[in-house]
Amino acid sequence: MKIVPASDSSLLVVFGNEISIALHQRVMSLFHAFQSWHDPRIRNLHPGYASLLIDFDPLRLTHDELSSIVQQLAFASDSVVDTRANVVTIPVCYDIEFGPDLLDVAQRARLSLDEVVRQHSSPTYLVYFLGFSPGFVYLGGLPEVLHTPRLATPRPSIAGGSVGIAGNQTGIYPVDSPGGWRLIGRTPVRMFDPKATPPTRLQPGDKLKFSPVDRLTFEELQRAAEAPLR
Amino acid sequence: MTIRVAKPGFFTTVQDVGRYGYAHLGISPAGAADPLSFRIANLLVGNDENVPALEMTLLGATLEFEESAIVALTGATCECKLGSASVPANTAFELPAGAVLQCGSMTSGARCYLAVQGGFDVPLIMGSASTFVPGNFGGFKGRRLQRGDVLQVRQHGSFRVRSLRTGALDRLRAARPLRVTKGAQQDWFAPEAFENLFSTAYIVSEQSDRTGLRLKGGVVRPREHSELLTDGIPLGAIQVPQDGQPIILFVDQQTTGGYPKIANMIAADIHRVGQLRPRDEVRLFEVSIAEAIQTLREQERWLRGILVS
Repeated sequence: MKIVPASDSSLLVVFGNEISIALHQRVMSLFHAFQSWHDPRIRNLHPGYASLLIDFDPLRLTHDELSSIVQQLAFASDSVVDTRANVVTIPVCYDIEFGPDLLDVAQRARLSLDEVVRQHSSPTYLVYFLGFSPGFVYLGGLPEVLHTPRLATPRPSIAGGSVGIAGNQTGIYPVDSPGGWRLIGRTPVRMFDPKATPPTRLQPGDKLKFSPVDRLTFEELQRAAEAPLR
Repeated sequence: MTIRVAKPGFFTTVQDVGRYGYAHLGISPAGAADPLSFRIANLLVGNDENVPALEMTLLGATLEFEESAIVALTGATCECKLGSASVPANTAFELPAGAVLQCGSMTSGARCYLAVQGGFDVPLIMGSASTFVPGNFGGFKGRRLQRGDVLQVRQHGSFRVRSLRTGALDRLRAARPLRVTKGAQQDWFAPEAFENLFSTAYIVSEQSDRTGLRLKGGVVRPREHSELLTDGIPLGAIQVPQDGQPIILFVDQQTTGGYPKIANMIAADIHRVGQLRPRDEVRLFEVSIAEAIQTLREQERWLRGILVS
């Protein structure tokens, strides 16, 4: 574990330099330890693949003080196996209309459409962290056969809920936005609702299963999702 | 009490000091781009310093006041008029019922703050009134103001108007380099990269907004081309994408990113980033973390000393 100041108001705790479940678990242990710590001097926690950025009020806490808190919490939490991981099922309609790149992904993988859907919806994915934009999840666990490069030219507008593939990653666009991921389906579930508590469907460290649904079910679920998350 | 937006200006939003505690869900702080001017505006009208106020960018708004109100304008120099009469900046003043306040172009600086006694009444989203336009939430309906919008003002509470000591804001006007500390990935850069970064007069690109300010000038590149594992981004981080042109990540920034961060704005100079205009010239100057925190302490002490009741 390496602790480096990232700015006059933040500290970056680096656990390593690779994407691995072991490093992720250490990030989550420290992240959860800080969440339960409830220190008003700490303003924000940004987990990454193998690091945790801690943003704090430098007028009330020094880098050295925070650094020793990090060491204590890391020492205490490393021995605890985190059992909080929650499995969230996200329904996805893998319809060609929602997944305009589905054929492309199938062709590159030399798989049938059904097999692409089966491959994509069989793993239990890990939510490494959220970032980039509100509710956007960085997922690990995409089967290698589905790895597909992102589009050369991003689309100017992608509907919120679209499920896509970019390189070795798969993910969900939480809200309408531009983007270059290859789209293979769409979820009717709202991934981000600023007025809900919590505002995002998924939390860092959660597990995720995609569950294929047909168009009719998609539409029913979409109507139900008009209501707030909770 | 209500205020009607007759002209919205270029980009006017409701802001407070920002939304904290949600970065792990991908939610950036947003908040006033020049938090110092924002806080001063509130303190002048007698509000607590974190009451929702308007942030106007480059071209101000024209606002119709239904009832009389105590307001203050701070930040960028902006020609503001009540009919044909100019209204003063950096002081609280009373607008009569029916007043039409016209805020014009900003001649120096990029953002002007309008605080009204009582504060703008908008719902708190995740504990903050700040508008996050890229995510369409917070502030007034999650967006910039439009013609015809009607803003509500809170009127309960007791207020004591304050004023600024003469010459109090002189120190904000001094043209100095922006101060930075070295960033989380400083090891990725050779000494020559830092020399370039600190010797270049950068120009703020037109493609700059509350998300980030793109700087044009001396190229800064990491020693070798390796990929950074996506990690958290602090406010004011200076990241270097492949083209070697630094970007100052700002209040609406993404919470994580994959470009190396060579340096970071000091907290005490964030307010100056908020006043940069496209085509402004920017120089960067390195200070230690200890100096940066000392500067922030002095700034807070200064702020407490410039206002008199």
